[in-house]
Amino acid sequence: MRHLSATLLLVGLAGGCASAGAHQAGAVKPAPARAAPAARGASIAAGDSTSVDRAQYPSTYQRHANPPVVIRNATIMTAAGQEIQGGSILLRDGRIVSVGTTVQAPADAVVVDGTGKFVTPGIIDVHSHLGVYAAPGTDAESDGNEATTPVTAEVWAEHSFWPQDPQIPLAIAGGVTTIQALPGSANLIGGRSAVLKLVPSRTVQGMKFPNAPYGLKMACGENPKRVYGSRGGPSTRMGNMAGYRAAFISAEGYRRHWDKWNSDHQGDPPSRDLRLETLAEVLRGHILVQNHCYRADEMAQMMDLAREFGFHIRAFHHAVEAYKVGDLLATNGVAAAMWADWWGFKEEAMDGVQQNLALVQQAGARATIHSDDPGGIQRLNQEVAKAMYAGIRAGIPITRDQALRWMTANAAWVLGLDSITGTLEPGKMADVVLWSADPFSVYAKALQVYNDGWLVYDRNDPAHQPRSDFELGQEPAPGSDR
Amino acid sequence: MIAFLLAQTIAITGGTVYPVSGPKIEHATVLIRDGRIVAVGANVTVPADAAKIDATGKWVTPGLIDGAGQMGLTEIGLVPAGNEGALRGSDIAASFNVAEGINPASNLIPVTRVEGVTTTLASPGGAWIEGQAVLIDLDGATIEQMLIKSPVGIVVDMSEGSKGAGGTSRAGVAGRLRRVFNDALEYSRRKADYSRAQMQQLAAPAAELEALLPVLRGQLPLIVYANRVSDIRTALRIAREYKLKLILSGAAEAWEIAADIAAAGVPVLVEPMDNLPSYDALGIRYENAAVLAKAGVRVSLMETETHYSRRIRQQAGNAVSFGMTWEQALRAVTLTPAETFGVAGQYGSLDAGKVANVVVWTGDPFELSTGVEHVLIRGKEIPLRSRQTELFERYRTLPPRY
Repeated sequence: MRHLSATLLLVGLAGGCASAGAHQAGAVKPAPARAAPAARGASIAAGDSTSVDRAQYPSTYQRHANPPVVIRNATIMTAAGQEIQGGSILLRDGRIVSVGTTVQAPADAVVVDGTGKFVTPGIIDVHSHLGVYAAPGTDAESDGNEATTPVTAEVWAEHSFWPQDPQIPLAIAGGVTTIQALPGSANLIGGRSAVLKLVPSRTVQGMKFPNAPYGLKMACGENPKRVYGSRGGPSTRMGNMAGYRAAFISAEGYRRHWDKWNSDHQGDPPSRDLRLETLAEVLRGHILVQNHCYRADEMAQMMDLAREFGFHIRAFHHAVEAYKVGDLLATNGVAAAMWADWWGFKEEAMDGVQQNLALVQQAGARATIHSDDPGGIQRLNQEVAKAMYAGIRAGIPITRDQALRWMTANAAWVLGLDSITGTLEPGKMADVVLWSADPFSVYAKALQVYNDGWLVYDRNDPAHQPRSDFELGQEPAPGSDR
Repeated sequence: MIAFLLAQTIAITGGTVYPVSGPKIEHATVLIRDGRIVAVGANVTVPADAAKIDATGKWVTPGLIDGAGQMGLTEIGLVPAGNEGALRGSDIAASFNVAEGINPASNLIPVTRVEGVTTTLASPGGAWIEGQAVLIDLDGATIEQMLIKSPVGIVVDMSEGSKGAGGTSRAGVAGRLRRVFNDALEYSRRKADYSRAQMQQLAAPAAELEALLPVLRGQLPLIVYANRVSDIRTALRIAREYKLKLILSGAAEAWEIAADIAAAGVPVLVEPMDNLPSYDALGIRYENAAVLAKAGVRVSLMETETHYSRRIRQQAGNAVSFGMTWEQALRAVTLTPAETFGVAGQYGSLDAGKVANVVVWTGDPFELSTGVEHVLIRGKEIPLRSRQTELFERYRTLPPRY
């Protein structure tokens, strides 16, 4: 809720990584492929490379049962190179079974007429604060920034996440099936992210994407300076860099001690340190670095930092100046997660251009949309459309499939889940959205959302319109669209 | 008051013209002379000396009007150096007119107008009775050249955000507003006593009370920002008591009492894409604009975040998605806000005699695929350049040539 005349304040608080910020049983199935994330092939199975020998806070997610579904005669946008006119898609047991112009469906399949409609993969938002900055937005729900010291690698966003955030059903109605809920950007190192299936659940464990690697939130630039400048620092960008370096120097020693003990089991194990444990997992390539960073020059610094310690940055988030260093991002294999048109809310966001995603794509780097915003997450298809058309109008030949990947396949890669979801290909998780029209039109709305094959949302059926506990009892009820 | 910089005749020919005041006209001409529209229609004779803009296959509409924000009053959100829209120090700032804080050289102005927004509010914020909002065109070397109307209203925050002004109670806010109004009226009756110091302590300094008198005489609108139904009802009640000319802004829960607002004849400014529940507006929903329009309320759409004023067409598109007719939405970003701010005689539609704020689009202005081909403000064609287009040009191939 924005005040007509208090925009400065709110933009300051909410803008740019918010400085401020399910399931019952069905047949459980193994994931079609292991999450294959970081360069070193992370599996996050706890084991001899970590300092604990048991799964921590494990996912209890289970796929919801759903009869097979075949959507007929739709325009199928696969995000894998094809846009199939008059196409069909069959979903069964949480998987995409087949996609094409001729699809055989079992007799018990629910048939959905897709005439005039469009089908895409479920949208993935790699940068959300749903659940950690929940509505109604009071201090009581402000759980996104552990702004007590600049390095808090020990905190985990899932431990803040409130599954009854009323913003969650709204994002589902926008076609979002997977999010990365991140800590805020007050800290140099803000903590672990939670990668979640966006489904109603009593617990965050019931939403945790099976086998997804964790992310680590890091933040460049103004926010840590602003938060800590008068609280012991860092107060400068060079102070920021020194802070990251000190943290990873500690983590190197920690990792060495634990790796040695894990290999020889000589004597007592080293003491556990939650902060260093997470950073050591980054050094081992098991946790993906998700780095809030606006300015081009700072991205270059951070890529050097990663080289110094031998880890990889998976993606720069916000990356308002990514277009200035698209070539460096491509060379380093670092993705950029961007907005379509945000700019100007602070100095490091001054150089925003609407062609940012298109230019990053043109440079050969991996472009991704993100919301960082509970409003924007409901319209990521529109954000992608704005970014695509801004590029096309400027003469950059972005294809519809490339643009679709900005909110699906590329986003899945940022989370290390691209072998599991993000495209409409046989074997992939059945995360699928049926749209009323071309999803790149402002007038398109998600009609049906399938998450892991489950019809989690149906615009035309109140029985499939999840409501959070928070919303119950309201009179008059605003309706499923709000 | 409206200054025209260029004496020139321009003919925009061949486009599908949406005058807003009437039905669309195919293959029509908009003829502009000396900053004003002189003719609109399918059979307009184009003078030989007219500069021509070929709009064949294009859509032609009035320039869009955003009835919100702080255009010219903010540059970088978190940098105080460029922020001029808030008068700190007193929560009653009725005499604070923002006009002289406007920076005609602001980077936000070109960024916004090249996307078809030609007119915006410049609104004060940061107090309770926040001050005087003005309406500006997004072109001009001086403040005087930009101003359309100053003031267009006095802004009061009656949302959750202003509870501090009333001792942290909504009832306290309403009571204090009445005390301020009563004191302003008494002050206006007893100025001689006031100057002889023969009046009790007033609820605000004389200059603030004086500034409220046009509002209390029904000459100047009171623009009330309120979202909760109870706050909207309080605003309607106080407006009745003091016979005020009221404009509601925000109005997130207005849909719940659309009929009452329509009956009161109060215009409303809403932000269609805002649907996140807070304790100020648990009933907020996407359909607000549509429900209000259907009930006969004069609805304008707005984008409240100044840097994103260009998104007003996306706001309008989403309003259409959630139930407004396309025609209602176009009117809600052109003629209706012009009416709301008392400038419909000169703005908001493509009619002879009106100021020539005109946009040529590649298609439906609300559609995301649509681009802007031409923008005219006061009859002057605006170059489609901004700091952002220059950044793009510099970095479209890497490495850049500095």
